[in-house]
Amino acid sequence: MGLQDTIKNRLSNNELIKNSLMKSNLINNPLINKIEWTPLNIITAIILFVGFILTIARFFGGLGTVTNLDDNNPWGLWIGFDLLCGVALAAGGYVTSSACYIFGLKRYHSAVRPAILTAFLGYALVVFALNYDVGRPWRLPYPIFYSPGTSSLLFEVGLCVFLYLNVLFIEFTPAAFEWLGLKKIRNFVVGLTMLLTIFGVVLSTLHQSSLGALFLIAPSKLHPLWYSGYLPVYFFISSMFAGMSMVIFEGSLAHKYLHHKMDETHLSESDGVVLGFSKAASFVMMGYLGIKLIGLSIDNNWHHLFTSWGLWFLFELIGFVALPAFIYAVAAREKNVKLARVASILGVLGIILNRLNISLVAFNWQLPLDQRYFPSWMEIAISVFVVTVGIVAYRLITAYMPILYEHPNYKHGDDSKNKHGHQED
Amino acid sequence: MEQVFYTLQDFMVHTKGITYLIMGGLLAALPLFWLFLTGRDEKNKTF
Repeated sequence: MGLQDTIKNRLSNNELIKNSLMKSNLINNPLINKIEWTPLNIITAIILFVGFILTIARFFGGLGTVTNLDDNNPWGLWIGFDLLCGVALAAGGYVTSSACYIFGLKRYHSAVRPAILTAFLGYALVVFALNYDVGRPWRLPYPIFYSPGTSSLLFEVGLCVFLYLNVLFIEFTPAAFEWLGLKKIRNFVVGLTMLLTIFGVVLSTLHQSSLGALFLIAPSKLHPLWYSGYLPVYFFISSMFAGMSMVIFEGSLAHKYLHHKMDETHLSESDGVVLGFSKAASFVMMGYLGIKLIGLSIDNNWHHLFTSWGLWFLFELIGFVALPAFIYAVAAREKNVKLARVASILGVLGIILNRLNISLVAFNWQLPLDQRYFPSWMEIAISVFVVTVGIVAYRLITAYMPILYEHPNYKHGDDSKNKHGHQED
Repeated sequence: MEQVFYTLQDFMVHTKGITYLIMGGLLAALPLFWLFLTGRDEKNKTF
């Protein structure tokens, strides 16, 4: 590298540190400077306003006011989309942190904080959205502290989500402590990283699979092509590539819209994260395809493939698992980041389709059409509202806290414990 | 067309037989897919 390049790099580094300090300082960068009324912000404001009105309608008028739920379909879009998809897509947190800290793939370190933030917001919104479905939010602690139903899968899911949300919150706090300048407590929490990561993986294994196991109780209601004794395994394995796809997808969005917030490390490592996760997602997807085939065979459900339900099943499996797996593989081989990002969109859509198929589309498939469930516009609007709240929170947090960049006071040289959560060798 | 089975034994033998064949196919296919996936990676010497 020539002298000129070195000087240029030093200057840009200084600029970056200055910018980072500006970003991390609340006083120099007040929370709400000025809201720019861009079309996107206007749409966001409308969604939030409508969501607020519908929230009042739901909590004062009851489920019947805003939903099409009935005795045949007590679980609707809020469970199928907000909860099942939300939990699956938030799996990027445990996948990324275990890759970095447990498997020692430190080259993915820059992806950990955005993934943990996405997972934390994902789980927080799952609990938030669950309140709409269950109602009476003040009784939310009851199943954990007052009357635990230890023989119920829902209890296990509830307990795991409750514990994992706390784990994710603690894993997220170092960013907040860096922002607030609380170095001692930040270093203490960073020291817990390995413990929290292991706890996160254990809890995720438990509840991701248990969400699938919830449907084991309804063999007569769920279509045989989707029903299987392996549902818990399907849910857990699919959560892995859902998480990886979400990390790539979220990373590409951040790259496009929050490029200015990223430091050099994040920018230089992002392609490696995309390609590494593509390779892993591709292989896991192929394994998933294999066990789906085994499930089909062990229950002898081949004849269902030649019905209209079979076509829909194959559409899900080929279009949203086999195809993205192949695209991911080509992307990883050719080192083509754009291709990997296309596959990540298919991967995310595929997991949404799978969870909606199991919870809504193929559920109660034998009922006549007029008794089938279709969400009301208000249910859809509340789901859109919940997702929008998540996006707004993500933007707000990344605007102020060191998520997409390293805080200059805690950069790698500061102390080896800071960066990786444990002593480097 | 759906095959008719008269005993559970028939059903298990049939489905397990096909499942084992599929598993054998997967055991062969997945390493090949891994080779395709990593075919253009730089070879790191581990010795």
